[in-house]
Amino acid sequence: MLRRVLYIDLDKKESFVEDRYDLFEEWLGGTGVATQLLLEECPEGADPLSPRAPIIFGIGPLTALFPAMTKTVAAFKSPLNGELGESYAGGRLAMAMRFAGHEGLVIRGAAESPCYISIRDDEVKIKDATSIWGIPATVVGYILREVEAGVGRRSIIRIGPGGERLVRYAGVVVDTYRHFGRLGLGAVFGSKNLKAIVVSGTEDVELPNSKRYRDIYNQLFKTVVQTDAMEKYHDIGTPINVNVLNQMKGLPTRNFQDSSFEAAENISGENLADNYLLRRVSCAHCPIGCIHIGMLKTSFSRHHEFEIRKISYDYELIYALGSNLGVTTPEGMLELIEACERQGLDAISTGVVLAWATEALDRGIITEEETLGVPLKWDGVEGYLEAIERIVKAPNDFYSTLARGVVAASDRYGGEDFAMALGGNEVAGYHTGPAFIFGLAVGVRHSHLDNAGYSIDQAAAKKPLTPEEMVDAIIAEDDARGVYNSLIGCLFARGVYTPDRIVEALGSVGIEKTKDDLQILGRKIFDEKYRFKLREGFDLSKSRIPRRFYETVSTVGMVDPETIETMMEIYRERRSWG
Amino acid sequence: MELCETIWGSRRSGEAEDGKGRDMKDLRGGGDAKVAVSDERKKRRLKVAHPERCIGCLSCMFACSRINTRRASLDRSAIRVKTQGGLEGDFAVVICRACKDPPCVRACPRGALEKRENGRVIFKRELCDGCGACAEACLIRAISIDSEGKAIKCKHCGACVAFCPHGVLEMEEVEE
Repeated sequence: MLRRVLYIDLDKKESFVEDRYDLFEEWLGGTGVATQLLLEECPEGADPLSPRAPIIFGIGPLTALFPAMTKTVAAFKSPLNGELGESYAGGRLAMAMRFAGHEGLVIRGAAESPCYISIRDDEVKIKDATSIWGIPATVVGYILREVEAGVGRRSIIRIGPGGERLVRYAGVVVDTYRHFGRLGLGAVFGSKNLKAIVVSGTEDVELPNSKRYRDIYNQLFKTVVQTDAMEKYHDIGTPINVNVLNQMKGLPTRNFQDSSFEAAENISGENLADNYLLRRVSCAHCPIGCIHIGMLKTSFSRHHEFEIRKISYDYELIYALGSNLGVTTPEGMLELIEACERQGLDAISTGVVLAWATEALDRGIITEEETLGVPLKWDGVEGYLEAIERIVKAPNDFYSTLARGVVAASDRYGGEDFAMALGGNEVAGYHTGPAFIFGLAVGVRHSHLDNAGYSIDQAAAKKPLTPEEMVDAIIAEDDARGVYNSLIGCLFARGVYTPDRIVEALGSVGIEKTKDDLQILGRKIFDEKYRFKLREGFDLSKSRIPRRFYETVSTVGMVDPETIETMMEIYRERRSWG
Repeated sequence: MELCETIWGSRRSGEAEDGKGRDMKDLRGGGDAKVAVSDERKKRRLKVAHPERCIGCLSCMFACSRINTRRASLDRSAIRVKTQGGLEGDFAVVICRACKDPPCVRACPRGALEKRENGRVIFKRELCDGCGACAEACLIRAISIDSEGKAIKCKHCGACVAFCPHGVLEMEEVEE
């Protein structure tokens, strides 16, 4: 098995490989190892955008060996909330790292001028990127494809102007359609003058027990392809949630002022699939094919001349740049998604920031003097497109504040009651009830994917759950996902990878673990992440929960602040935090 | 249209090389894939039936290397899914066409590729010195050289077919 960590120092322009058996023995891989590397590499209190702050990438022991084991983890100090930065992306990066022979990648320092890194097996080159600085993330892919080797088995990850200009929620685009979206990895790239990384390799992975491997492989492949649990991902895709959440009053609309949207049907997964879907593609070694690519066809003359744009869409994007901005047309929503792709911005954060700004303007907290005359209003797609460009260019104090996130914006201008962030991270697209809110507040990266509170709320809508039951469910997910994210699997297939199957899959590639081992490991990984968070100043007791959550009806009815407080007490007790 | 049909897999029904019989089960729908051959004399050939349905998951390539080389590898797969202009473009699925007069056989200076009387092309790995003449001779680039310097040649075993989630690949029976 691979145990190799590639260290690249942009200051010294050098790289070396180290075998880190110690880390992989104890922490398995993926997020388990990446968290340790972050604790090692990131000095306490380092400015996230300074050369002292590292970027860590990690894959896991099952990467490229099993279906849907497609994710790469990025660990960094977040420039958005100043503590644990962690984000996951699919595409072909995990496979490329595996075949290049690196299970971990550490980037230190900062380049003096724009550069990109080319990794081909053990060969690492830091190359000049002056000529591609300023180019949209979408276009950088075309350019590097021509000059770099490894067609068909490489991965090209890159930032757009948003990352270059240090928008605190800029992401990194992976192979055109996937992203390290959340918590600002793109800005960290930008701060290092790092435009892109290209990874390819030709290594093989030899399987110690070919028959055992093939048996569990076949079982997993069959389940991934056939199970009903996966249906939602390969048919309509994640946007199936639009209609579902809308009906259960869980679809955040116009900055969470409503939880259902009168135009939901227009931007629903069903409508997109019927009328806009061009094709579906897959991450490397995943038969699901959940990446839905819509075609936006816009006429630019009366003579039947068209612009064709191919835009990947998912539920969270439709929420953030659709319902939450009151956008009623698929065309408008797709244009906004594309604008974020070009600039390399996280769609969720961008949407939440724009929603706050729209409401703030509506309430007179800010004026068109701040927006430089841009009319921010619900469904005002043109205005939003202009605002996205201005967030990146930062022509005045207002836009440069928006570029620092919704918490910074409300600190500066007010309107914190409707600045929809938890733990400093703009919230995902659910207003399902207390488990979602609470799950985001305590989650290691304040992401809906930390513990899927929205799913616990949906269960509670059918059969009420006590605060104790909700907290226990959240803790179980928090810990289990630490293990799954160390393998590293796509969360869409989490139902397929039961604890028994994980144990067998690991065994088949020579890693013997018991279910108990993994459960203990999950808890330990969670604790280590909290160690980093606390070290960097995170304080759960100072959680700032926007009042808006308590003012709008959710899937389980009105949410009572006392429920959240009760859950907090139970949580501290269960986590033995006193 | 003339079919290039002289290379095929002519394994009998149920016969398994490397214990791959089980892997031949169609894992997509629970039933058997269209790879089972009722008549042992029927020649079978891998076919890219619906290239436009490919989603680029590479499951076929991993199946080929897993089952035929006991490794997880892209480079050792005899079937290749290529991107054309990144994930925005169409995928190209490259397989051996089983030519009637195989240029790869003619090009090999060491006799490592040999066309048998029954039409099947046999690859004798021990004779291959990795000169690459066969790969060069194949215009569609269906042959490559692995990291140990040996040719990778599709034997039309059909292992990849069962792992395509979108029915891109099929085994077809070729009439004599």
